[in-house]
Parts: sequence; C-alpha cells; structure tokens
Amino acid sequence: MPHKYTGTNRPAGWMGLHRGHKARPLEWLAEKFILLVSLSATVIIFLIFLFVTREALPIILGRMDSSAVKNVRPLEDFDKMTPQEIQAYLHLKPAEYARMDREALLEMMKVRLEAKEEIPDDKDARVNTTAWRYLLLPYQWSDYDRPEYIWQPISQIPKYNLIPLIIGSLKASVVALLFAVPLALGAAIYVSQLASPRLKEWLKPGIELLAGIPSVVLGFFALIVMASFLQHIFGYESRLNAFVAGIALGLAIIPVVFSIAEDALTSVPRSFTEGALALGSTKWQAAWHIVLPAAVPGVFAAVVLGFGRAIGETMIVLMASGNASIVSWSLLDSTRTMTATIAAEMAETVVGGHHYRMLFLIGALLFLVTFIGNMVADWFIHRLKKRLEGRA
Amino acid sequence: MSTQPISLTRTRRDPFSVLFTGLTGVATLLILLILAVILGNILWHGKEGLSWRFIFSMSDREMFDVNQAGVLPMIVGTTARVILMTIIVLPIGVITAIYLNEYAHSTSIFTRIIRGAVNNLAGVPSIVFGLFGMGFFISFIGGRLDAALYPGDAEPHWGKPALIWASATLAVMTLPVVIVATEEALRAIPLGLREASLALGATKLQTILRIVFPNALPGILTGGILAISRAAGEVAPILFTGAAYYMAGLPKSLTDQFMDLGYHVFIFSTQSPNIEQTRPILYATVVVLLVLTFALNFVAILVRARMRKKMRLSH
Repeated sequence: MPHKYTGTNRPAGWMGLHRGHKARPLEWLAEKFILLVSLSATVIIFLIFLFVTREALPIILGRMDSSAVKNVRPLEDFDKMTPQEIQAYLHLKPAEYARMDREALLEMMKVRLEAKEEIPDDKDARVNTTAWRYLLLPYQWSDYDRPEYIWQPISQIPKYNLIPLIIGSLKASVVALLFAVPLALGAAIYVSQLASPRLKEWLKPGIELLAGIPSVVLGFFALIVMASFLQHIFGYESRLNAFVAGIALGLAIIPVVFSIAEDALTSVPRSFTEGALALGSTKWQAAWHIVLPAAVPGVFAAVVLGFGRAIGETMIVLMASGNASIVSWSLLDSTRTMTATIAAEMAETVVGGHHYRMLFLIGALLFLVTFIGNMVADWFIHRLKKRLEGRA
Repeated sequence: MSTQPISLTRTRRDPFSVLFTGLTGVATLLILLILAVILGNILWHGKEGLSWRFIFSMSDREMFDVNQAGVLPMIVGTTARVILMTIIVLPIGVITAIYLNEYAHSTSIFTRIIRGAVNNLAGVPSIVFGLFGMGFFISFIGGRLDAALYPGDAEPHWGKPALIWASATLAVMTLPVVIVATEEALRAIPLGLREASLALGATKLQTILRIVFPNALPGILTGGILAISRAAGEVAPILFTGAAYYMAGLPKSLTDQFMDLGYHVFIFSTQSPNIEQTRPILYATVVVLLVLTFALNFVAILVRARMRKKMRLSH
C-alpha cells in the first residue's frame, strides 16, 4: 500500500502515537478493533463470574426449595403450570420433555405424588436443605444421634452441607503445600543462588518438565503406583486418602512455586550479593541473610499462588483422594474436595435442579477463593518490585 | 553474562555453608528424582501395551478389551479439539498482546485492569472453566442458536456438549498463556526497528503489521504451542463440555462429541472392570498422551531457542 506522507500523521513517538495523529478511517477502525478485542480477557473474567454465579443465584438468595414434602404438586396443577415449570418439576431435559405427551407427563406427576407417600412425613422431609443454615451449620438429622455436617446429595432427603468438602479441600492443599513448598523453595534457592550457570541451564528446564506432565497423568500415577507404595510404607487403613492426594497435588504445584520463587530470587540485584561477599560473608550467608529476606514478598506470592492452584486442581484429587465426604481432620482418611465433587457429580444432576445449582455454588466459591488469592499474590509481587526498586 | 560469583567467595568451608548447600541441593535432586521415577515407571510399563495396532486402530467393540483396544479415535479427538482451540485463541490472544505491548500506556488504569484480568484468568480453577463452558457456551449461546435456527425443534443441535464448545472452553483457559508469550515476543523486538519504519513514513498500524508482527512470529508460535501442550492434557474443562465416554466412529461435525486421550486415562484408571487386566492399555494410553504433550513442549523450546539465537545475532 503506497503511503503519502502528510504532516498530520507524522509519528510523534511510539507510545504517544495514538493520541495525536489522525489515522485514516480504515486504520482508525482497525485500532478500535484491537482495543475492543484486548478487552476480551476482562470481559471473560466477568462472564465467568456472571455465568457461574447466575446458576447458583437461587441458592445464594435462598429462593430454592428442596424440601421433599412441599415440593410435590397435585395433578390438577398440571394445566396451570408452564412447560418450563413442568420440565423443572419432573427433572426432565428439554429433549426428553419434547418426546412426552400429556398422558406420560401426568403419569410422571402421579409417580411423584405416590413417591411422596413413601417419604416419612417427619421434620427431615420438611427441611429446605439448600438454605444457608443447612449448608454451613451442623444439623441433627433424625437417624443420627448428634448434629452433624453431611454432604449426601443422592438420598431421599438431599443433604448439602459444604463443610466436609471445604475441610477436604483444605486438607489436601495443606499436605500439598507442606510437601511442595520446602522442596520448591530449596530448589529455587539452589538454582538461583548456588548452582553454576551451566548447571542452572540444565536444572531449570528439568524441574519445569514436571509442569509439562498433565494433571490427569499425575492422578493416574498417584492412584495406580503411589497409593500402594505409600500404603506399603506407612501401613494406613484406606488406600486413597488426603495424604496420597496431597503428595500428588504437591508434585503438580512444585513447578508453580519453584518458577515464581526462582524469579523473585533472581530479581534481587546482584549488587546485594556482591556487597555481602565483599564484606566477607560466605555464599550461603549472602543467600540466607541478604537475598532471601529481600525476596520475601515474592516467596509469599509463590506460596499463595501454589495454594490457589492446589485448591483448584481437579483431576488429581478426583482420582487419588478416595472421594468420601466425611468430616475428619485425619490426613489418612479418604476425603472429598470441592473440585472433585463438581467433577464427579455434575453428570448425574438435572439442569436447574438444586443439586445442579449447589455444584455451581461450589464453583462460584472456588472462583472467589482463587480470585482473592491472585489479588493477594499480585500485591506481594508489587511490594517486591517496590522494595527492590527502593533499595537498589 | 555476568561472571560467576564463585570467584568472590572465600575458599574456607564452614559447616553451615555445607549444610545449606547440601539441603537445597538435595531438594533439587529430589524433585528431579521424582520426575525420573514417574517417567521411568510410565515408560517401563507402557512399552508392553504399545503397538502400532494400538495407536492406529479404532476399538469399535470393547474399550476395555486389551486385545481390541485402540486409541486412534482419542488421538483424533484430542487433536481436533486442540486445533480448533488454537484457531479460536490465537487471534484473540495475539491482538490483546499487541494492544498491551504496542498501544497501551503501562500506567493507565485501563491497562492495569486488563492485566489484572489476564492474571486472574491464569489462576481460575480448570473445573470452573468447565462450569463456565456449560453455563455460557452450551446453555446460553447453544440454547440461543437452537432457538434461532431450529424453532419448535426440542432436540438440541447446538445446546449440548460438543467439540466446538470444549474447544471454546479450552481457548478461554489458555488465553493468558498466549497473551504472555506473545507479549514477550513483541517486547524482544528492538524499538529501533519500529522507529526506522515510522521514520520512513509508515503509519503505526503498518509498522505493527509489516515489521513488528512478522519479526515476532516465532515467539507467537511458541505461545501457541505452549497453549496447545497445556490444553492437550487438560481433562476437567472438557468433562461436561464435549468429551464422550464412548463413540462409534469419529466426530464428523463441530457439534459432535469426541473421545479424548486425557479423559480416557481417567476412565481407564477409575472405571475399569479389572484394573490388573487393563493395565497395559492404561499405561500405553498414558504414554501416548505424554509423548504428545512433551513433543509439543519440546517444539516450543526449540522454536524459542532458535528465536533467541536469531535475536542475539541481530544485535
């Protein structure tokens, strides 16, 4: 495209260019298009929050009712209900609903009515288990001898207490951090401070190779190989538990923690170390007393991001944690995490039903937790930059 | 390259120094050792079940039968979803990176919001992407498409798990990978090149399209390959957006479901009727998946290394 040089579109400097100059219409359009597309990441983050929370909204606002008794409608109601209502009431997928005629639908409503007769009309059946009180606080169910936290969505009275899942997620993540952080930090210190440049060129990609292993493969390895091996050594009861899942999870977050911590340690100016060495300290003293304290915010960021990854990881915990939703602080019991619950149960829910919405609520919680974690890590990294600039 | 600080240290070795170096060195070694054990174990057991027939055949009868099993439909499914994802994510990611690196003022609030969003996107749990794909792509977009294109037809055409929705979900997930890699490639282009182009009278967009972009292409390619290798092994986001437990034949259109390598590693290791018997196909599937992702990673490393070399020569 030949271009005529005119005074109006003379470039003024790279950064300030788009301010002053008048671009030709087509270019102006293209630049606006670039601007619009670049907003996509922001829009997507917003959409993720919107669409995950939207499905959970009836539960968040307390508009959902899962009580077995109140939930049944008489046959006469059929003509008063909209197709959507009927569909949701009978837990039908749109395609299934379309295939049924009036007779079949009425028959299904009759079955629901009859099923209600079989549910004992006790206090349990009248409880709306999706209310916040039942999601977070223990409750005395009639066949239990004390108040308990129970996640049991597939049962006559669905029980949706989130505490067992939250504890499960925390247990697995804490094990993962306890295992991964010392190893990853040690390796980061060694690679950034002590290893010779030539060794470093081999070690760094080597450790990052771990990041290239898909999490489903780590989950497979934990399930097939590691679980038996660790059980053989420690001799605990259940083969799959928070400990096994946590170790495998640790393997997945080692590369994350390592690369961020290594970055932070390397970004500490060399003059710091050289100054310390010039004053007669040894290499380890320089690393321990000078470089590490300077890089502390970055190290914190690495740990926070590692924690976020551990909480959000799905396939490893789905395969290696045993998936029993019991409340226990023992690391050697089977656990069920929030992510694994979504992955395992979504297939058996009815779109729009309370179980479905409950899983989206867990998804929204996960989104929030990692969002806050990212913010905190961002703040730490910002502080590290400021600190290094201020002192250097 | 700065000189090695070893020349500055005193030669005297005190016990703390030995302990410190020893502990951190052992941590490094331990990580590498674990990596070696995992890869060694997989390759050792994997070679038993691997054969050309296994890789290039469709098991149209019995998935769990060691003598019948074949992973061709899974390789095809994984490749298809990854290619489709690349087609969706590359333009968006590259354009965003161009904005961030070439147009944006790094201090403006607008830029900081976009950067914050990219950072957050990288940290969103993969299963949440799956939920998002279900809520946004399948019910919202797919549902609307069905209502618009097939009014009155209750059978879903677009509003169901499909190849296109799984790919779109993965594209959203890998967007930060592409943006970060592209930005790095753009930043590596010396400012002088841009100034020379502008001095010759080219407009800003012409400079970007004809000077900056072609020079950054290898780096952008690296970003694409990194995104692909990350997405190839992901399972959680495709659980409810398109992966199929079993399918007769290969996917024929964008709205078909597909079989997937990673998903089948999961299926083979958790749903197998007899884990001892199906172990060979399980290990062999893992090997195929690993080879695929590592090969992609390796290509990315090669491209990047070549690019760096070229950069160094041009300076």
